[in-house]
Amino acid sequence: MASALGAQPFAQDAPEDFFGKRATGCVQEEGFCPDWIADNYDRYLDPFFQHVILTVVPVAIGFAIAFTLALIAHRRRWLIGPVAGFTGALYTIPSVAFFFLLQPLTGLGRTTAIVALTCYTLLIIFRNVITGLNAVPEEAKDAARGMGLTDRQLLWRVELPLALPEVLAGLRIATTTTVGLAALAFLAGGGGLGAELDAQKYFKSNVAVAGGLCILLAAVLDVIILAFQRLVTQWQRAAAA
Amino acid sequence: MTDHSSAATPSNVNGRQAATLEFRNVTKRYAGQDEPAVDGLSLEIPAGEICVLVGPSGCGKTTAMRMVNRMIDITDGDIVLDGESVKDRPPAQLRREIGYAIQQIGLFPHLSVADNIATVPRLLGWDKQRISERVDELLHLVSLDPAETRDRYPAQLSGGQRQRIGVARALAVDPPLMLMDEPFGAIDPINRERLQNEFLRLQQAIRKTIVFVTHDIDEAIKMGDRIAVLQKGGKLAQFASPAELLMYPASKFVEDFVGADRALKRLALQRVRDIDLWKVATVRIGEPVFEAHAKLADADLDIALLVDDNGRPQGWLSNGAFTGERVEQKLRSPAEPSVELDDILRDALADLLTSDTRYGPVVDDSGRVAGVLSLEVIGRFLHQAPTEARTGADLVEP
Repeated sequence: MASALGAQPFAQDAPEDFFGKRATGCVQEEGFCPDWIADNYDRYLDPFFQHVILTVVPVAIGFAIAFTLALIAHRRRWLIGPVAGFTGALYTIPSVAFFFLLQPLTGLGRTTAIVALTCYTLLIIFRNVITGLNAVPEEAKDAARGMGLTDRQLLWRVELPLALPEVLAGLRIATTTTVGLAALAFLAGGGGLGAELDAQKYFKSNVAVAGGLCILLAAVLDVIILAFQRLVTQWQRAAAA
Repeated sequence: MTDHSSAATPSNVNGRQAATLEFRNVTKRYAGQDEPAVDGLSLEIPAGEICVLVGPSGCGKTTAMRMVNRMIDITDGDIVLDGESVKDRPPAQLRREIGYAIQQIGLFPHLSVADNIATVPRLLGWDKQRISERVDELLHLVSLDPAETRDRYPAQLSGGQRQRIGVARALAVDPPLMLMDEPFGAIDPINRERLQNEFLRLQQAIRKTIVFVTHDIDEAIKMGDRIAVLQKGGKLAQFASPAELLMYPASKFVEDFVGADRALKRLALQRVRDIDLWKVATVRIGEPVFEAHAKLADADLDIALLVDDNGRPQGWLSNGAFTGERVEQKLRSPAEPSVELDDILRDALADLLTSDTRYGPVVDDSGRVAGVLSLEVIGRFLHQAPTEARTGADLVEP
């Protein structure tokens, strides 16, 4: 089912789509043509929303997994090394290879892309949550325990709020990275803006719009998380002021 | 103020303001270490007193304190809080009833001052209104302006203010026992002295049982009703009142630890009114000379002090003042240094040492002469046994 979405290798048909009847000199020269862009922007809408899904879903799932792993490893410190090693190993797998490796399991399509992209977020998020938790001042933890907070209360009321800037910083890196990596999801048949890019990679207008949308998406998601971060960590700026 | 808050605190051990605390042969041994960190420590701390644990680093004083609220497990022996072994209490529940203040303060940087103070009340499920009132009350108690402070973050406060918030937070649910580990250790000397005085004044109002850890013998002498001196290996070297400790150190170790200047330190525990002053002949201008001579015969000092109509010292009279029938205003020296009855002996001694004379008139609250303090008087006092176990707390102005 996922393969129906983006697996269609339309590279051969694309030239007609792109140059069609209204091909002008600019388009024929594969240049940067504002007119063409104005007429054709709607062809990018679907790939763009695919790209949003290819970013948000892996980051969300990756965050849930990595965050849970980090909380477990925070109490059982010996787990930090193995988890960091494993997620680190996942991170080093080239994406094309990853897609191939997953194909026997998940076939060709968006699921494959999402699984791979999810795996790439784990290392960054896991490490940042652990770093954030490690940076919580020892005296704040000691005072919290001394006042009678249970381990769970300590975690949710003291440690996580104090680790939040680092956690959200990890989320930002993971999100921007995933926007970029998702541009390769078409290789797994996952669609997205990468498919558009690849379809006409010598057509400057196409590259500008598809690439520009990738950058725009990364920037917008980054700003959203940043805004959230500023909202929930006002104490940090109060301290700096 | 405290009555109100303690009545409103169901978590108090039996609703009492202060608890008794007893260390019964308490030992802490860490795995893999030959020497115990705390070795058979026995102490009885009456309700409402400050017990200072003092000693060089590695003497186990902090370990001993942290066993009280079970931050560290007791290896052997028992700690009994208000008749109940701390080992029988779930740690989190026990800790909520024991105020906890540490040197690094450990305020939560992400919470406002009010939220920091509200930590334990929230754990105990107090309602908002009550928490808010209690926060303001505590901020007043530690001399901070609630309107200005409550919404600030710890990083926006000075070190002294943070320290006060730490104490306020530890007092939040009016606990019958407070544990304080070098609470003023990270403060500069001038502010430390101020905070110490403030805290002693506060303690006069709240009368908590307090276990106070410090490595500074001067702080121990100032803050403690009783002092437990610990030595390396967690052994109790002496448990006594500050005056006793200074007068009769139980061992060479304690003697060395309290310092060669322990006689001077005793002076810091006493006010001028505590010692027998010299009697002085006070004379007014125009008084018959024979009366002045009679006074002189009765005095400890062979020169007379001129006073005004209100009994305030004007200066020391020279022999020339007594040549006529009536006393004339002929001064040999001014009435300096002037010492007050409420002055601390150490400060009075400093005044004497920096002046030309080795004696000075002592005046009472209304400025009237009450006697004369001299180096000799102080010297004599230092050879006497302490009649009364004075403590630093008695020396802070109410």
